[in-house]
Amino acid sequence: MYRTFRTPLLWRELDRLQQDMNRLMGDFYPSRLQAAPGYPAVNVWMNDDRQIVTAELPGFHPDDLDIRVDGRDLTISGSRQLADLPEGSRYHRQERSMGKFTRKFTLPYSVKVDAVEAAFKNGVLYLSLPRSEADKPKKITVKS
Amino acid sequence: MTTESKAIEAQEQEMVPDSETERTRERICLVPRADIYETDENISVTLDMPGVSEESIDITLEKNVLTINGYSDIDVPEGYSLAMAEYEIGDYERSFRLTDRIDQDGIEAVYTDGVLHLTLPKAEGAKVRKISIKAG
Repeated sequence: MYRTFRTPLLWRELDRLQQDMNRLMGDFYPSRLQAAPGYPAVNVWMNDDRQIVTAELPGFHPDDLDIRVDGRDLTISGSRQLADLPEGSRYHRQERSMGKFTRKFTLPYSVKVDAVEAAFKNGVLYLSLPRSEADKPKKITVKS
Repeated sequence: MTTESKAIEAQEQEMVPDSETERTRERICLVPRADIYETDENISVTLDMPGVSEESIDITLEKNVLTINGYSDIDVPEGYSLAMAEYEIGDYERSFRLTDRIDQDGIEAVYTDGVLHLTLPKAEGAKVRKISIKAG
């Protein structure tokens, strides 16, 4: 009787301890996210043939963005302006930033420039950068 | 009106603090950055909410608490591995307590290029009335 009563409680206690430990370790290890050294923050996706660069650029119009690719260099620049406020308005909060930015990246391989695709949807920029044929690894067959 | 705006720079993403109730969606929840300004007629709220679609934004006003929810529908590209990550993709949630009474029927919301703009007209009673002082 004693045993059947005690065991589940003990296990529950151990489970709780394990959960606490997991939480503690989770806080301790830094997240996989890197701090962006400039604006905008980007995410880069890669496979053998192509790179996808995405950036959150809310409030920018596609016409205000300038994207340049030259060999292995990618430059994104743009600007967004504060909307004209009506006369006599006053700010309660101002957290959104405005102005110009430029950010340069060096890609791990050179890009087929004429095949680059750019899309802008809901304030997110998508760049698809295919690897140039000359830069792709070649398979070398060994002659016997 | 001339206002000095914040220079554009890398800003850290802020997450909605953990509460007792858990979210049903697995995505993380971010606090969208906001500008709020007031005129004699309106309160305007502008929020940066990139990556959500117009249909997935919920705006509720209940007892002077304005709550904005946005659900992100971005998926990771298939067949690619993440080489560098500087920002998180998540849903958005933020609430504001409004001090003025709002004309609920007159609320307007526009979402363009990742920015949500709300115009909340003040109710008749809450508008500023100019009181002229008579010379005695």
